[in-house]
This record gives sequence, structure tokens and C-alpha cells, in this order.
Amino acid sequence: MSTVAQVFKETARRMTHDLRHRSWIQNALGKYYVGRDEKKARFQNWQEARQAAAEIKWDAVNHLDKYLEQFVSKIEARGTKVFWASTGQQACDYIVGVAKKHRVRSIVKSKAMTGEEIHLAQALEKSGVEVVETDLGEYIVQLREEAPYHIVFPAMHLTRHEISDLFNKKLGSAPTDSPEELTMIARRTLRKKYCAADMGISGANFAIAETGMISLTTNEGNGRLSTSLPRIHVALIGIEKVLPTLDDLALFLPMLATAGAAQAVSCYNTFIAGPRQEREPDGPDEFHVVLLDNGRTRLLADAEQRDTLHCIRCGGCLNVCPIYKNIGGHSYATTYMGPIGSVLTPHMRGLTEWKHLSFASSLCGACTEACPVKIDLHHHLLQNRRNAIRCKSPWWEKLIFQGFVTLMNHPLLYRLGVKLGWFGQKFHGLVKGTKLDPVYAWTQSRELPPLARNSFKDYWRRKQS
Amino acid sequence: MSEREQILGRIREALRVAAPKPGLLSGPGQRVPPHEKRPTDFRPWLPVVGDSFEERAALFAKNSAELKTDFQLVANRDELQTKLLALAHAEGWKKIATHAGELTNYAFAALGLPVVQTGGRYKLDELESSDAGITECDALVAQTGSVVVTTRSAGGRALSVLPPHHVVLARRDQLLRDLPAAFTALKQRYGSSYPSMMCLITGPSRTGDIERILVLGAHGPKKLTIFCM
Repeated sequence: MSTVAQVFKETARRMTHDLRHRSWIQNALGKYYVGRDEKKARFQNWQEARQAAAEIKWDAVNHLDKYLEQFVSKIEARGTKVFWASTGQQACDYIVGVAKKHRVRSIVKSKAMTGEEIHLAQALEKSGVEVVETDLGEYIVQLREEAPYHIVFPAMHLTRHEISDLFNKKLGSAPTDSPEELTMIARRTLRKKYCAADMGISGANFAIAETGMISLTTNEGNGRLSTSLPRIHVALIGIEKVLPTLDDLALFLPMLATAGAAQAVSCYNTFIAGPRQEREPDGPDEFHVVLLDNGRTRLLADAEQRDTLHCIRCGGCLNVCPIYKNIGGHSYATTYMGPIGSVLTPHMRGLTEWKHLSFASSLCGACTEACPVKIDLHHHLLQNRRNAIRCKSPWWEKLIFQGFVTLMNHPLLYRLGVKLGWFGQKFHGLVKGTKLDPVYAWTQSRELPPLARNSFKDYWRRKQS
Repeated sequence: MSEREQILGRIREALRVAAPKPGLLSGPGQRVPPHEKRPTDFRPWLPVVGDSFEERAALFAKNSAELKTDFQLVANRDELQTKLLALAHAEGWKKIATHAGELTNYAFAALGLPVVQTGGRYKLDELESSDAGITECDALVAQTGSVVVTTRSAGGRALSVLPPHHVVLARRDQLLRDLPAAFTALKQRYGSSYPSMMCLITGPSRTGDIERILVLGAHGPKKLTIFCM
């Protein structure tokens, strides 16, 4: 077993037993479920809307070359500089280069999962630039020097008291138990950062091919400020983010907000078509778009799982996943957590080392049902399991399955097995809960129900006679 | 070969194998047969909006109440002036920021307060210390309770997001039905040359990042007031 898998298993076990964490997550998500269902009900037909969204994304991803070229030619025509990056390293090097060229000292960053994916902030900090996360949740986890807990709600695992202590220690603010007061402390601190920053970095939720725009969704307004005040704006975008037309946003913006944050539509949906144009009073002098591959074309080549690139990063599948709700976001140790992360990560970081994520699923299908663009998540987890086994199947697993097949093909053997099981269970108490226990994986935290002396088959036969 | 050609080459290579159309595999009750052509009219699935102005205004007001936007219909300029003065008085405005426009010009003349104009280049700290940013807009969207602003209609990028109170002055005919109508309007108005920034603002700035409790004014305005004449 690889070490990543061991660490995952250990953390997951610890988190599952942390009752405070569990009740906390259930509580936070409980509010989300109510709001999401209420917003979904406002759609005249949510299922049809999902199908339409899936088909539009299918069109975009299956003609990716055409739409990317269209997007790039349109956005370049407005004075935007476009950089194509095959790897995360190339993207980091380019952005660090832009920062150096313009003698950038401080950067405000609006939430971008692509930035997390390639460790952009670390690369910039290493070159001596200050990078401040401006999304409140991201800012909190940045101060704590930890990874986001959730794609959409990065600080969901923290209480107001923990955040108050953190601000008190790092910012010197007076302790408070009011979320509003805490938000205002962050607002005041970050206002100064916005006004002083030389560069703003953002991601994008969509890249519109038809008009050459990026679409950026935030609730706090940090996306607006980070892209309005600094003199340089860099947007780091995965190549799969394209949508064919501007009109498509009329469908995607409400669906993203509904599935992602239980809102009818997010507070600020901003469409940026270039740097400051002639006769415009403000906005950055330079706008750079970095198009990131970083393994996406590899996933594209897998036709079976290509629809994974339809993902709009709403986080809806995390919120309904029984595994995520029990082990929490940090146990995954990946950029993208939850079901979508479990499907994506083996493709991006290697199946051998990350295959354990495919098994961290109950295959209940809640994720697939929650996905606004109909990604077949739980089947992809199964396919990854199959692919992992194809790579290398352990001998003991083959043996177990051969034994199982023999047992199932011979009714006499099967009946004998049932009797033996009933007989053997009498002595189970001797080893129960110890390492000698053959069903230790089950009994360490659960009771094994007693096996019946007579099988249903026996009972039925007696009843018939 | 450039990085661009390499990435596009990998994409073309990958796309040589076709992927199944969506909607066929998902679980029971979710199977919807794929459309012949990809859909372009989303109205049959999006939330319902009435056709008349009254219905649209009522829906906009309902959405505004939910979003904590202050939405007011005003009959004429005199009423607008009374309401603006009352607002300025209640909040103790000392300085406002605005841009040149038919309605905004009228508003700032009516208020008689020191003003920061964002028509040309302006000083950032002057704008930051203003009590309110007063702008016009491109459209209001009844379906979602949104305001559509652009760099051209609302005095640049920062005016509508930096001051603590954003006041929007709209005309009655700008109240559109839904999101598809809003995008159509943007295309018609700017299709040949889009402004560098367009934004759909839906309520005052908000966050739920601490214990999922709603707090207004995370980074952007704490208050959003819309006057529709």
C-alpha cells in the first residue's frame, strides 16, 4: 500500500470518529439542503435544465479546439495577452515572470481552484511577492496556513471562536463572537491590500468563445475589486472552461448558484473582455489570460470519462456525499475533494498512487444525481477501480474471488458454509475485536448481527412440505 | 512547435474518439433523451416571469426583499429627489461619487454634496472614502432581482463596488423579464464592441464563510438601493 493511501486511511478514520466535526458538517450542510431545494423548485424543470447544460458542455468539450481558438482570437483582439501552459510549472513561471517584469510587490488573489492546483501562491511568495487571498474563507485558511476544506466554502470546518482566536493572534483584533464583526475585521484589513496591490489574480468560471470574455462569479465582491483596482490582472483558467455563447450563461449562472451555494444567482457575475479600453476611466492596463492544460488533455483522451471536464466546480457533489460528510475535506489531501476530486485526482496525479480514492465511495450515486451538468461520477469511480485492477491485481484478491465463484457455483458447499458460519460464530467472542478476528474491519466499530441457525431456504422447504 | 500548437494538437488527437452523448447513463428517473440539436432557448426551464410591467416589478420587488436590496418605484423626478435627500440625511452622507449621465447628473445636482466624478481618471482614495456610489445601469432583471452594469453605463469598474452604498438609478423601460432578455439586450447594445467589464449585480455584497451565517458587505457595498422611475 502506498503511503498516500495509508495517510488517507488514517486521517479518514480519525475524522470519522470525531463526533464534533460530524455534527458541525451536518449542521452547516443542513441549511444548504433546504435552500438548494427551494431554489431548484423555482426552475420550471430542473431535470431538463440539467440535460440542456450537459449537452452544451458536451458540445463545448467535444469541440474544444475550435472554441478555444475562437475565445483566444476574440479576447486577444481587445488587447489581452494569452499564454498557453501545458504544465502547472509553466503557468507559475509565466505569472512570476509578469510580476517580476512589472516590479510587483503585492498581489490580491480572488478565489481560484486552478491556483490551488498548481500552487501558484507558493511560487509567487518564493519569488518575494506578497500574495493575499481575498475570499473571506480562503483568507482564513491562508492565515491558518492550511488547504481549503471545500471547493466553495473553504473555511466551513471552523467555528466563529476559532476564527476570532486566529484574527486575534494574526491581526491583533479584539476577540468577538459575532460573525458580522469578524467579517468587518477582514473587510478593513483587505481594503488596504486592494488599494495597494499591483496585481490581481483570478480564476474564471466560464470562458465565452463567442465574445471572448471570462465570466467570474463571487458573492463578496472580491472578484470585482481584484480585477478593477490593480494595474495588472492575470486570470488562470483551465482549458475546459469554455462555453460556446454568451447566452449560455442565462442557464449556467443560475444553475451554478443553485447547486453550489443554494442561491438563485450569485451576487456578482462579472464578464471581463479585456484590459481597460480607450475612454474607460479605470481598470487594469494589462490583462493576461493563462490557459492551463496540466493533465486535462489526458482526461480528454479518455472518451469514457471525458464528461468529467464538464465540471463547473459548484461543489454540489461534495455536499451530498456520505464519504465527504464523514471524513471531511482535508482527509483527501487533494486540490479537488469529494466525488469529483476522487474521479479527477487519479487522472491528474497518477492512478497507482491515488486509486484508493476510487474505493472511498459507497457508489450510492448521490453525487451523480446532484451534478448540475450530469457528470456520471459514481460510474467513473467504478471505471477507475476497474482500471486500477487492470494495472495490477493483487494475488490474494484473485484467490478470494476464485473461492467466491466456487462457493456460489456449488449449492452444497454454500449450505455447508452457512452452517459452519453459524457454528463458528459461537466462538467469535474469543477473538472479537482483536487482530485475530477475521472480520475485524467490521467489528472494530460495529456489532456483527447473529447468523440464524436455519437459513431461509430450510424454513421455506419445511413450510412447503 | 509552440505550446499553443502542442496543446491544440493533443486536444485534436484526444477528440478523434467520440464521447457518448450525456443523459443516457444517469440513474433512474433522470434519463432525459438528448435533444437533436443543442438547446438555445432556456426559457421553458428557467423560473417563470410574468409578461406585464406590473408582474415584472412585483417579482423584482419580491426578489429584492429576499436579497436585502432596497427597491423603490418612484413616479417622477421630484419624488426621486425627496427620496435621495432623505437617504442622504438618514445616513449622513458627506461626499458622493458618481459619473456623468442623464439621471446621475440630476441626482447629484439635487443632493448638492461634494462629488467625485469617475468619468475620467480619478483618485482611488477619494472614491474609497465616498459615502455612496450613484450609478445608472443597462438593465434590471426581474427573474433574479439583478442590476446589469458595464464600464460604460456605470462610470467604470470601481464606482459600483468600492463605496459602502451603491445607489442605482434606473428607468422603467429598463426592467427586463429574465436573464435571456438581459443577454440579448447586452448583445444588441454592445455587440460590435463590448465594454471591458460587464456585471450582473444581485443584491449587496455578501458572505456566508463564517458558520454559513449571512453577513452583508463582505468586500463590496453593504447596501444596494435601486430607484426605478
